[in-house]
Amino acid sequence: MDSLMSSPIFGVMLSAIAFEIGNILYNKTKVSLFNPLLISQVLIIAILSKFKISFNDYNMGGQIISFFLIPSTVILAVPLYKKIKLLKAYSIPIIGGIAAGSISGIVSIILLSKLFHLDKVLLSSLVPKSVTTPIGMEISKQIGGIPAVTVASIVATGIIGSVIAPYICKMFKITDEIAVGIAIGTSSHAIGTAKALEIGEVEGAMSGLAIGVAGLVTVFAAPLIIRLCQALSIL
Amino acid sequence: MKLIRELSIVLAISFAGELLHRFFISAIPGSVIGMLLLFGALCMGILDVKEIETTSEFLLKHLAFFFVPAAVGLITCLGIISSNLIGILGVLVISSVVVIITTGFTVQILKRMMKNG
Repeated sequence: MDSLMSSPIFGVMLSAIAFEIGNILYNKTKVSLFNPLLISQVLIIAILSKFKISFNDYNMGGQIISFFLIPSTVILAVPLYKKIKLLKAYSIPIIGGIAAGSISGIVSIILLSKLFHLDKVLLSSLVPKSVTTPIGMEISKQIGGIPAVTVASIVATGIIGSVIAPYICKMFKITDEIAVGIAIGTSSHAIGTAKALEIGEVEGAMSGLAIGVAGLVTVFAAPLIIRLCQALSIL
Repeated sequence: MKLIRELSIVLAISFAGELLHRFFISAIPGSVIGMLLLFGALCMGILDVKEIETTSEFLLKHLAFFFVPAAVGLITCLGIISSNLIGILGVLVISSVVVIITTGFTVQILKRMMKNG
């Protein structure tokens, strides 16, 4: 029994089936909370717990799927390149907005974590929550977080952002198409971009562009801000 | 055969990123260095988007699926999360609001300044 579950086939198969169930559920209902990634996460965790299958056994197949995250991050350069004209025309507001947003995100996470009495490992795990997962996992490892907690918070942030962003933008009179797109992409990466594409073409393109740039800004800014906070003995 | 060639290009760039990360720029993840290398190659015309089109469409279309095992990794830290659930959710929701407002306002203000200046 044990040797069967630790066959790589098991992990890949379970992931594929669970994700497909999530896909069907989302396509039928169109409810943003039924995110296929979230559904498959919950389903697989439930199955592993119920049948007492270890994460290591599951991950024999899982790591084959995870491998694709590396070339996927590299390939994010392609959509960025395809939108280079828009980027060039409004480079200052776009890059300024993403930088301000990413930095305010990191600072607010640190301060809020203190407010909610989260420990340092948890705080470090939450810092990269607004960037796309492969980049976020790397940042998390580098600043001493737990990558698994980071991934969970990234997925949650994507879903939260795609649900609240349209309301927040309306409430605070953020009406410019570029501003809306960049705000959604900076706060909630690829999951938010799916929502931005529903709002409009410019919003979607801008949100997609923000994924890569916000990732880069955070790669550089997160370790610096954490070091600064340590120097100021906030951490 | 085209797919194998595309994969070779993408994986070679990924590997170059990993190599640079290991030996020169340890502060930036290898995959991010690879992304910069690919962006540079596209901008300088060394590589055409068409030469990696199938692979890039495949990877981008299924991005969410590749995250599944990482997301399931949550099972290894369920304890930490459930004992801090309210704090974590508080941080996630409030900071998301902060990021959306700061980003949106900054873009709008800078765009207006560009028009007037």
